[in-house]
Amino acid sequence: MLRAMSAAADRPIFSRVTLTVNGTEHVLELDNRTTLLDLLREHLDLTGTKKGCDHGQCGACTVLLDGERVNSCLVLAPVADGHDVTTIEGLAGEELHPMQRAFLDHDGLQCGYCTPGQICSAVAMLGEAERGWPSRVTPAVAVGPEGAHALSPDEVAERMSGNLCRCGAYVGIVAAILEAAGAPPRDAAELPGDPDRTA
Amino acid sequence: MRQLAYERASDARAAQRAVADEADTMFLAGGTNLVDLMKLGVARPDRLIDITGLGLDRIEHRPDGSARIGATVRNSALAADPGVRARFPALSQALLSGASGQLRNLATTAGNLLQRTRCVYFQDTTKPCNKRAPGSGCPAIEGAHRDLALLGTSERCVASHPSDMAVALAALDARVALLGADGSADTLDSLDELYREPGDDPRRDTTLAPGDLITAVELPAPPVGARMAYRKVRDRWSYAFALVSVAALIVADEDGRLRETRIALGGVGSRPWRARRAEALLSGARPDPGGSSVRAAVLAEFDRARPLPGNAFKAELAADTAAAVVNDLLWGARS
Repeated sequence: MLRAMSAAADRPIFSRVTLTVNGTEHVLELDNRTTLLDLLREHLDLTGTKKGCDHGQCGACTVLLDGERVNSCLVLAPVADGHDVTTIEGLAGEELHPMQRAFLDHDGLQCGYCTPGQICSAVAMLGEAERGWPSRVTPAVAVGPEGAHALSPDEVAERMSGNLCRCGAYVGIVAAILEAAGAPPRDAAELPGDPDRTA
Repeated sequence: MRQLAYERASDARAAQRAVADEADTMFLAGGTNLVDLMKLGVARPDRLIDITGLGLDRIEHRPDGSARIGATVRNSALAADPGVRARFPALSQALLSGASGQLRNLATTAGNLLQRTRCVYFQDTTKPCNKRAPGSGCPAIEGAHRDLALLGTSERCVASHPSDMAVALAALDARVALLGADGSADTLDSLDELYREPGDDPRRDTTLAPGDLITAVELPAPPVGARMAYRKVRDRWSYAFALVSVAALIVADEDGRLRETRIALGGVGSRPWRARRAEALLSGARPDPGGSSVRAAVLAEFDRARPLPGNAFKAELAADTAAAVVNDLLWGARS
């Protein structure tokens, strides 16, 4: 007990965190244990980002940190100091973001709880594909995809596997992402869900 | 979670001294494992030293084909690196087989190496666990151990090392560059020197002393003509830890005779398991297309195993998977 006091008592357990969220700069004084997820929800009232498992397993808390998708439940607030965050609230302009529109058009949701994380993840995922990042199902990692429009349903399913949907709206989610990616239209039979797939 | 101080390290030596001097001070990199363990109450630091600003985030490819991967290179950046994809494709494949896109964007090279076992008893502070609470017992041996190890285990601990990346690194003869707590630079010549087996003292996973800081992973140039691949077998199609994984690198003559064979196994060992016994048995061999010689060699690796009722099947699964990977590398099917 004495030892716990000494280290913690001598050093600040709060940090001043300056970060930009959806284009607006915020300065907050926060307990170092605060996660980026709780910073957004509890301190900025940006409750679009959802807390699912709180252990990095479900993806409901996915936001963009400097443009890259991360699990905000595993990022301590002081780690985000000086960085740029985009949440589901920051995606739409005058009109819905094309990914949001596509999720509506393809019924890519049922209860909607995982949807903000799905959409943030999907937006960043397409950026990764545009940069030619391979995935586990890319035939040759050295080559990579030609761009987001070249992704197959299996590619989308693999790249989105960090976002769980307990309603099981995956068929609509994959269809929505493929459309937002500019991929050619697919027959529903080509979408994930076939247990015999071997990829 | 305990109250804690947070500092961003600007000087490696000062960060190392802080960790060496105070038992409850820890390095923080990507945080994907550590922050989770803090939430679970398994890790209880009262001070975190963030080392992601130390400039250890570069990948260097040398003209001789070797590479140096900085300790805080993110897993996603490493997997996507064109030089890694071209010269060390099994490493990209392994990284892309692990975790999720979001987690790979945070997780780092050294953090991946030093992640803790996902044994459910280790992660549950209401349960006994010799790794977390020495002497309390190991419920996994009679409990849930499907994901746990049968090689390199002891009667005290059957935890498996969960990394995919480290299995590929083992097959690539990776070395680990570190700065000792006393400031001296050192290089561990293989992952076998980084990891220790649980034995009578499962608390520590590695040979590192408090304050030792991994600075980079060194990849020697693969042998001329090397072919390599990583394959993972698991209960889900994606986003699950391995039941078994295989990283293999071979150099073979045109007639299929093996000049060099390296096989590393994941999901079966207390550490990323370089199957040196299997490799020795395959030295100079000309594996049959049916895979029986590779199967037999990998099964021999399990002669020293401590199989448990719920994970004994993994010896056969590892042998089958390795045979398939070597066959594909030899005869050019999917990698």
